[in-house]
Amino acid sequence: MNAVVSNDVADAPLDAAIRAELARLAEGLRPAQLYRAAAWLAARAEQPTQVVAHASVEHLTVIYGSQTGNAKRAAEHLVRVAEAAGLRVRLVRADAYPTRELARERFVAVVISTQGDGDPPDDAKGFVEFLTSRRASRLPDLHFSVLALGDSSYPLYCAVGRTIDARLAELGATRFAPLAEADVDVETNASPWRTTAIEGVRPLFRSANVVAIAPVRPVTSPHDRDRPFEAAVLLNQPIVAEGHARDIRHVELSLEGSGIVYEPGDALGVWPRQSTALVAQVLLATSLDGDTSVERDGLTLPLSTWLETHRELTRLSRPFVAALAERSTDEALRRALEPSGNATLREWLETLQPIDLLRRHPVAWTADALVVALRPLVPRLYSIASSHAEVGDEVHLTVSVVDYRTEGEARHGVASAHLATAEEGGTLRVFVERNERFRLPVDPSRDIVMIGPGTGVAPFRAFIQARRAQGGTGRNWLFFGNRHAREDFLYQTEWQAALKDGSLHRLDLAFSRDRGGKVYVQQRLRENAAELHGWLAGGAHLYVCGDAKAMAADVHAALIDAIATHGAKSHDEASAWLDELLREGRYARDVY
Amino acid sequence: MSEKLSDLERIKAQSRQLRGTLVEGLADPVTGAISDDDNKLLKFHGSYLQDDRDQRDERRRRKLEPAYAFMLRARLPGGVVTPAQWLVFDTLAREHANGTLRITTRQTFQWHGILKGDLKPAIAAIHDALATSIAACGDVVRNVVSTANPVESQGHAEAYAWAARLSDDLAPTTRAYHEIWLDGEALVGEPEPEPLYGRTYLPRKFKIGLAIPPLNDVDVFSQDLGLIAIVEEGQLRGFNVAIGGGMGATHGDPSTYPRLGSVVGFVRPEQVSVVAEAVVSVQRDWGNRVERKHARLKYTLDHQGLDRFIAEVERRAGTSFEPARPFGFDHNGDRYGWVEGHDGRWHLTLHIESGRLADVGSQRWLSGLREIAKVHAGDFRLTCNQNVIVANVPAGERARIDTLVAEHGLDGYRRHSGIRRHAVACVALPTCGLAMAEAERYLPDIVTRIEALLDRHGLIDAPILLRLSGCPNGCSRPYLGEIALVGRAPGRYDLRLAADFSGQRLNRTYRENVDESTILASLEPLFAAYARERKAAEHFGDWLLRSGVLDAPALAVVA
Repeated sequence: MNAVVSNDVADAPLDAAIRAELARLAEGLRPAQLYRAAAWLAARAEQPTQVVAHASVEHLTVIYGSQTGNAKRAAEHLVRVAEAAGLRVRLVRADAYPTRELARERFVAVVISTQGDGDPPDDAKGFVEFLTSRRASRLPDLHFSVLALGDSSYPLYCAVGRTIDARLAELGATRFAPLAEADVDVETNASPWRTTAIEGVRPLFRSANVVAIAPVRPVTSPHDRDRPFEAAVLLNQPIVAEGHARDIRHVELSLEGSGIVYEPGDALGVWPRQSTALVAQVLLATSLDGDTSVERDGLTLPLSTWLETHRELTRLSRPFVAALAERSTDEALRRALEPSGNATLREWLETLQPIDLLRRHPVAWTADALVVALRPLVPRLYSIASSHAEVGDEVHLTVSVVDYRTEGEARHGVASAHLATAEEGGTLRVFVERNERFRLPVDPSRDIVMIGPGTGVAPFRAFIQARRAQGGTGRNWLFFGNRHAREDFLYQTEWQAALKDGSLHRLDLAFSRDRGGKVYVQQRLRENAAELHGWLAGGAHLYVCGDAKAMAADVHAALIDAIATHGAKSHDEASAWLDELLREGRYARDVY
Repeated sequence: MSEKLSDLERIKAQSRQLRGTLVEGLADPVTGAISDDDNKLLKFHGSYLQDDRDQRDERRRRKLEPAYAFMLRARLPGGVVTPAQWLVFDTLAREHANGTLRITTRQTFQWHGILKGDLKPAIAAIHDALATSIAACGDVVRNVVSTANPVESQGHAEAYAWAARLSDDLAPTTRAYHEIWLDGEALVGEPEPEPLYGRTYLPRKFKIGLAIPPLNDVDVFSQDLGLIAIVEEGQLRGFNVAIGGGMGATHGDPSTYPRLGSVVGFVRPEQVSVVAEAVVSVQRDWGNRVERKHARLKYTLDHQGLDRFIAEVERRAGTSFEPARPFGFDHNGDRYGWVEGHDGRWHLTLHIESGRLADVGSQRWLSGLREIAKVHAGDFRLTCNQNVIVANVPAGERARIDTLVAEHGLDGYRRHSGIRRHAVACVALPTCGLAMAEAERYLPDIVTRIEALLDRHGLIDAPILLRLSGCPNGCSRPYLGEIALVGRAPGRYDLRLAADFSGQRLNRTYRENVDESTILASLEPLFAAYARERKAAEHFGDWLLRSGVLDAPALAVVA
């Protein structure tokens, strides 16, 4: 279900009668209600539909599996380029792809990410399982190419994409372009892959099936990643108690006049800007002049501008270490890049920023070389913490300011520091990143269970706002946790009001550093296992948002136990049932 | 009565003898607070909810509820604390509260900053120390106070015994306290009856104090029921009874007012219990349950008539008051330093500013008294002037106590000015929900500024009663201060003057709603004239009347 077939919208114009009827219905609705109506209609479009068979017409099928939206965006980008090249394309999320069709496909591009522990994204689990199983048949007629996304900080970098690439070849399919691996700076390698892929696949199409004019694509928003909106900062409010060790902000931005529409579950992309202090430190450490002109990717900018708005300065990458090692005589750098130095490299990647290594290893840099060595800056994504239905033209975020110290100096995450210092009245460059995998149930009478410790609670604030406006009968149950109830119970007064007005039905809390010992949300899940199972058995949708490293796995284990114990299932059966929920989209995760 | 009863009467009546939904509310993790109704009931258990008002606005902006915490007050009849109890209370302060102990103007301890999850262990700790918090607040007979200064040790012992007995006799009997705090068995079926209090307890709080002349350290005329011990030839003959004292008033509402108790007669020791119970029961039945502002005994007397009230008390007690015996009070302050009791034991009264025991810089008062408690074999007395007496010290132990006192900066009583030693302040901001202005936190500053004026006129050692209150409700008994500041708004006070030095004459408003500079400017010429014109041993309040600065009020204490 939930097929997103890119051509459908363009191919399905509304006739005048329907347009008039819609206009009549829309008359007098407030903007928030219009958004609500649009969302309701869009949700209907995502009901299970007959996927139009394209067998008679040659087309490129682009299948994507995406956790954070990067792979989805890369897939969409490929679709645009392919369509511009005159190819007929259909874009399908992996869990909506009928795997039995694979045997009849001629051209498939797979764009898929790898999660930290080498797992596929939630929406591609079934697809990967099928493909790697014995059920997958031979594919001698298939031409394919894979774009694998990953994070080179993790050992199993791009593992899922590599597996698919190898498996398709093993099944007899032919590559129309070689596997490409894209690191967190996706575009660096995705862009050349697109070119190669289109050049590789276009000649294979029978010419009759290459249309002359690219179809008009629906414009959902005039703003996207490449054309961000300058959103005014309306409020930048710390929401933990004064003196708390961490700095967590509630940020409200104005989208007035942007035409940007978002749904609860979506993320907001924010283009960060490096602090001028950090740029100055990098220039000092490299003895380079910020005014030096550097040409790259068709842009000519002063070095200081490259560093401020186009390059990562707060995340260390393997390629940067390699570039430094090339210029340095220090054996330690080289050793860290060897397989035996993996632990050291991992530690550096997690605890150091480029400035730390630049200072430790003063070598001769040119401005060009530095720009090449540093990763392109990428936007940061934040789960949206508001619903149009309640906040109209605004968008709200919950931002944890990454702030730590290295070698006695304060270090900041670029985006959160940028956000933390964003002054009311200033602007941020933003765009909406859709997350179709993290959506409220279309049916407002469905119950939902939300598990969102820490800033993972953000999308659930949006959910509650939306469900309140929706006015359905479904119950809402939130699990939240943090350190101290008194200090970092995020949005405490809002949850209290929601409990009172009936838009939140249950709230279970776990504070890990209060009297009573270390308690985390997964413990609360276990304590409420019977009731939780009851909700799930009754059709409740389940959402998890927050820390991927520890929380998501522990929560998953607690859910399996709850289902096994109260659903009279073996551990494996419970695990499989939960995987089924994931595939169905009834169990959605937004973890990072 | 056709008028609608106050909402608190509904809460009490429906509470199943003070149970309400306290257990459920305490278990709710979503808030550090409890419901308003439960909070009213919690008072009867000796605690209520407060919040740090300094943080209120900022927390609201941060989408956090107010910084809620509970105040917990012990019931310590006569203010007597054993060293073992002291150590428990001290631990409680450090582990469950905000690291301070506060001596109240009713001779007991209260703790501030107790988080919801800490309340039950804190109350259990008090119980384990053989004390209690029940009825330390609420519409019941509160902690019974008695003269702390034990120069007449025999008289003190008897007075203390009466305070303890009245405290026990008049305490609520509900099992709710055990159920909620001490894991007692939960109630099944109908709640047990309260023989004295019934389902709705008293219309308002009820205070009892017992004084042994010539010391009026309990301010016996500020009590709903005051007992003045009549000791003749070393023997306790009985008590003069004063009823209807009370401090509270509301700004701008002349139907509310402070009132001194009326001395209505004399009773013999064996009659005390039955008479006290009769006074409480008539107030229970006759007190105003519609308007809480008019519910204290003082209004019942004024509205129903004193004679009628006395007659009803005599009828219920089955006895008649004898004519009051002569008595005389010298002062209502404490005697600082060492005094020797009639049995050769020694008693050391320490000055604790605003009653707050904390460790601040070199003034490590909380630690100091903890160290004393570890070695002290006698007991401690808390006073209604917020001080502490290290009591019943053998002569040979005095030096050791003195050393600990000096080491911890507790020896200020030796040096402090006359006015500082006679200053009393209520808690007020940031924790008291009623406060309109600062009191305890302001005391050190305002006293220092007043001292500068006094010093200019050679009055630095003149004992002058200063009472500072954050609101007109009167916890610091401001209407009995020779100088009193009663809070009206942040930084603004009513300046009241000319009470006497022994708690037998109310002061009156001299300047209304004024700021500090006006207060100081108003006081300076008075100090100057007082320094010039005072007779030997003439107190400031008395001089103010004699000089005609203020009209003489009726002396409220009449036999």
